[in-house]
Amino acid sequence: MSEALAELSVSLWRGAAAGRYETYVVPRRESQTVLDVVTFVQRHIDPTLSYRFACRVGVCGSCAMTVNGRPRWTCRTHVSKVVAKADGSGRLEIGPLENLAVIKDLTTDMTPFFEKWQEAKGTFAPTKTRHDAIEQIRPDSAARVAADAAIECINCGVCYAGCDTVRWNAEYFGPAALTRAWTLVNDERDGGNTARLQAVAASGGCHACHSHQSCQELCPQTLNPTAAIAGLKRRTAAAYLKGEIKACETKP
Amino acid sequence: MNVRLYVWQRGTAALMAPLVLIHIAVIFYATRQGFSAADILSRTHGSLVWALFYGIFVAAAAIHASIGVRNILSEWSPLDARRAGLFAIGFGLILAVLGFRAVAAVVLW
Repeated sequence: MSEALAELSVSLWRGAAAGRYETYVVPRRESQTVLDVVTFVQRHIDPTLSYRFACRVGVCGSCAMTVNGRPRWTCRTHVSKVVAKADGSGRLEIGPLENLAVIKDLTTDMTPFFEKWQEAKGTFAPTKTRHDAIEQIRPDSAARVAADAAIECINCGVCYAGCDTVRWNAEYFGPAALTRAWTLVNDERDGGNTARLQAVAASGGCHACHSHQSCQELCPQTLNPTAAIAGLKRRTAAAYLKGEIKACETKP
Repeated sequence: MNVRLYVWQRGTAALMAPLVLIHIAVIFYATRQGFSAADILSRTHGSLVWALFYGIFVAAAAIHASIGVRNILSEWSPLDARRAGLFAIGFGLILAVLGFRAVAAVVLW
């Protein structure tokens, strides 16, 4: 562990929905991440602090929190990036992700986030068995390029927490689930597109998006969910006009 | 918003885009020429073209705006989707009645 440079005052959300921010003082270190700060508090000051993390290298998507009012992946967010003053005396406020119910402290209930993935038919629908030959997919085909553009999602929930439409419309699937659906819509091996387009064309699906592009701005993987959702809007509109899907007020 | 409402809202928007440009061009033309209300009414009276132009404009605007109002109400008001839909239909009908009445006034009388 590197030598402490100074002290850093950090406010952490404690309790559930009716909690409050409590302030802790931690050593300020070189190359310190926001997750390092939270971990220091839990290990050295208050072991009852609840938070999630696993990989610490930006792969697992479990450590997202609200940092100074903005959802971020904390393991890849340096304190120096979010605290204004170089000496560490600036403000650092860490809370749970928004648009999700708080379980305790910095942990949220991700159940609706993942349930919406399922409702948007975010699971691969195979068309072949193990006895069939492996399908040849050209990596430079337009469909594969579109699928590749969205496939790096780590399910961190940052886009969902930062989405105004999710905040206003509880039934909206959110950017991550729709981006996953867009990946599968463009997967030539998948056979579930009619049901998938039907699901994302219903109320709460892709047409609820206002294209604010917060998801694109906030995505730590620099994905563009707004573009994926726009693609779904075009594909569902075309499928509707061709009579392949119906307009549903409620999710099918 | 489901896909049917989306198609209707985007379709009416696409229809209105050129109509709005023509409408604004006509306003500029009429004001620069110094036309009086009587001058304008003499040109629109009995004109099937202006009746169709503004009739289509009114129908598209009533559909487009009411779908938008429905979205705003369902996101920002306590109304559920069904009540927001009913309110939006009422709003669209009022827009259509007021608009068609105005079209009739400049074309028929």
